[in-house]
Amino acid sequence: MSRLVISGNEAVALGVKLSRVQVVAAYPITPQTAIVEKIAEYVEKGELRAEFIRVESEHSAMAACIGAAAGGARAFTATSSQGLLYMSEMVFWAGGARLPIVMAVVTRALAPPWSIWCDHNDALSQRDSGWVQLWAESVQEVLDMTIQAFRVAEDEEVLLPVMVCLDGFILSHAYEPADIPEQSAVDSFLPEKKPAPYWLDPSKPAAYCTIAAPDTYMEFRYEMYRAMKNAERVIKEVDEEWCRLTGRSYGGLVDCYRCDDAEVAILLCGAWAGDAKEAVDILRRKGVKAGVVRLRATRPFPTEDLRAVVEGMDALAVVDRSLSPGLPSILWSEVRAALYDSVKRVYVKGFIAGLGGRDVTPGDFIRIVHSTLEGFRRGEPGEVEWIGLRGGESGHH
Amino acid sequence: MVTIKELTREEYWLPGNSSCPGCPAALGLRMLGKALEGKFVLVVPASCTTVIQGIYPATPSRVPLLNIAFAASASAASGLRAALRIRGLKVPVVVWAGDGGTADIGLQALSGAAERNEDILYICYDNEAYQNTGIQRSGATPYGAWTTTTPLGKREHKKDVPMIVAAHGVPYVATASIAYPLDFVEKVRKAASKSGFRYIHLHAPCPVGWRFPPSKTVEVGRLAVETGMWILYEIEDGVLRLTGRSRVLLDPSKRKPIEEYLRAQGRFSHLDERDVEELKRYVEARWRELKKLLEERGGCLR
Amino acid sequence: MSGLPVTAIATPRRGAAGRTGLWRVERPVIDHSRCIKCLLCWLYCPEGAVVRHEDNSVEIDYDYCKGCGICANECPVRAITVVAERE
Repeated sequence: MSRLVISGNEAVALGVKLSRVQVVAAYPITPQTAIVEKIAEYVEKGELRAEFIRVESEHSAMAACIGAAAGGARAFTATSSQGLLYMSEMVFWAGGARLPIVMAVVTRALAPPWSIWCDHNDALSQRDSGWVQLWAESVQEVLDMTIQAFRVAEDEEVLLPVMVCLDGFILSHAYEPADIPEQSAVDSFLPEKKPAPYWLDPSKPAAYCTIAAPDTYMEFRYEMYRAMKNAERVIKEVDEEWCRLTGRSYGGLVDCYRCDDAEVAILLCGAWAGDAKEAVDILRRKGVKAGVVRLRATRPFPTEDLRAVVEGMDALAVVDRSLSPGLPSILWSEVRAALYDSVKRVYVKGFIAGLGGRDVTPGDFIRIVHSTLEGFRRGEPGEVEWIGLRGGESGHH
Repeated sequence: MVTIKELTREEYWLPGNSSCPGCPAALGLRMLGKALEGKFVLVVPASCTTVIQGIYPATPSRVPLLNIAFAASASAASGLRAALRIRGLKVPVVVWAGDGGTADIGLQALSGAAERNEDILYICYDNEAYQNTGIQRSGATPYGAWTTTTPLGKREHKKDVPMIVAAHGVPYVATASIAYPLDFVEKVRKAASKSGFRYIHLHAPCPVGWRFPPSKTVEVGRLAVETGMWILYEIEDGVLRLTGRSRVLLDPSKRKPIEEYLRAQGRFSHLDERDVEELKRYVEARWRELKKLLEERGGCLR
Repeated sequence: MSGLPVTAIATPRRGAAGRTGLWRVERPVIDHSRCIKCLLCWLYCPEGAVVRHEDNSVEIDYDYCKGCGICANECPVRAITVVAERE
């Protein structure tokens, strides 16, 4: 094992190399580009024995990964924002075809207006695609998660593609020291790719992804749904096994920070959990029993784990870096749906913050916690509040 | 020359499939199977062949086949090729796409794969419209043709996809016609014997969309070639040569009048004299270009 | 468990779309006395419903023949006629 200072994008590339990926097909887009460049370098230098297909678009990147995975290879791609939307048709195809592809999504805002900065709307727009969606907080976690993603995807009880989501710039371009596992350790954790039992074997005639009539289509969709349920267990098992190997565990589907006796918690996903944790430390010193609930998975949505974690809490502040106009925010509504059947329903208030890379500080998170507690005490409806909006929400009515 | 008798009796695209009576795609798939004797894998985008290959759990295909979304066949084939190469398998990867999936929505992926010189054989079966969705105009629909989205006839000429592919400098490009199956088989075999990106554009008259009786599929295809509306050629390493029936048609007097081809199909029944003249002008111009290319440059495209 | 594969994977079968011979409204009939075994009907049949025997004699597989009539149209010696399909 060695310790190196690397960026989030380099961590992805390193994870891909250590996972002995066989086919990479990718198209550059800011802020993902460094991943593609690094992998190209590994392949050209012979450090990674893979076929690197320099496709002409993201749609083709995912199509090539689908072809490769159908042909039994371990396949990887990476994208961001517009690229993810452009490949969306194939993203859903990979899910329905049950192909264990791994994709790094360096999260970035959607245009227009053009923005290259961090935002979660790109990845979350694909939440019904049949992909497992994992979210990292640190460079180390990006590296570990990339390797783990292949184990989850290729598990025979899962056989679903996996997205590793990392915040654009905030993680992708952040340099942090990370422990780099030995190749032999990764090899023992992630054995060489065996073709799934259903790979397209040239000696076995069969037509893949044919039409399914109304008498079978629902059953195929049910299988996908069931596989996603299985992924809940597998993600946790893989996290535990990785911990036995490296000493690092991230808590499976949900990473809890100072939640044991917490009366209020901030719930979010992604790298800004670090700022939220800093805010919680400050609040704790002032006697506010606060914690952070960081979703590591948004698909499968960790309904049961979430219920267990927030049991006993008074209030939850759900902070979305995404928008669903008319809803108005994604995690907020999903969390509320997940907690609806709780015996003692926790108060849930929503916040929209950080869209298009708007900075969110520990101070903002402190205000978020206070606003949540205030709403809870006053018995106000837990509606969604915009954070840091110029002129405030009323100024924009 | 391939002869009928030496073609295998084995069928790789089984009878009792859901193709329309007189379907040129089904005939083409049969010939493709025989040409390579079942030793290949297919990639099929959304097209009539999505339907022809049947509904789960049964398919007429005796070769492994990967279905893929409309715009994605050339790129999916690139990925599949890479995976099979890793597994040490040399079996040809063949794309079988319609003209919509080739000339229009799939053109970007096709161009990308051609430019990368991917080791795949791409076959476009060209029935000159979106026949699967019910006869809408495509980039490959010829001038004047009725479709449901050009009820008064298309005002633009057919997109010349084989020449677009040839402009990528790929090792092999050929045109073929369903009316000349042995010529097609020969071209498939030649293409399969090469590596890199190979492209065959197969003219495939569709009785439903072109408005002629299903018994006339082959006859209409033959008329397209004999009138010079469809030209059979191949381009090997940048050098074009006419093949089959088209070899003798450089001399305009050897070509049948295009009216014979137009009259055989309901989709051209509304054409007036000016439309026919425009089609004639277009066909003559294409032949003149070819004549010049062959006589002045020995068929050398670059 | 629904007992299905993970995704729709179909396996080869004759008659994947059923007995397509039932679609027929006209039936090709071969006059074997005129047949010259040129195999053009076998070559051009889109359905693969012309059976080619070892000796290159041919026969129509009426289970699957859709009655398009290409075989009759292409036969160089008019050994195939198309007749109306009866009940």
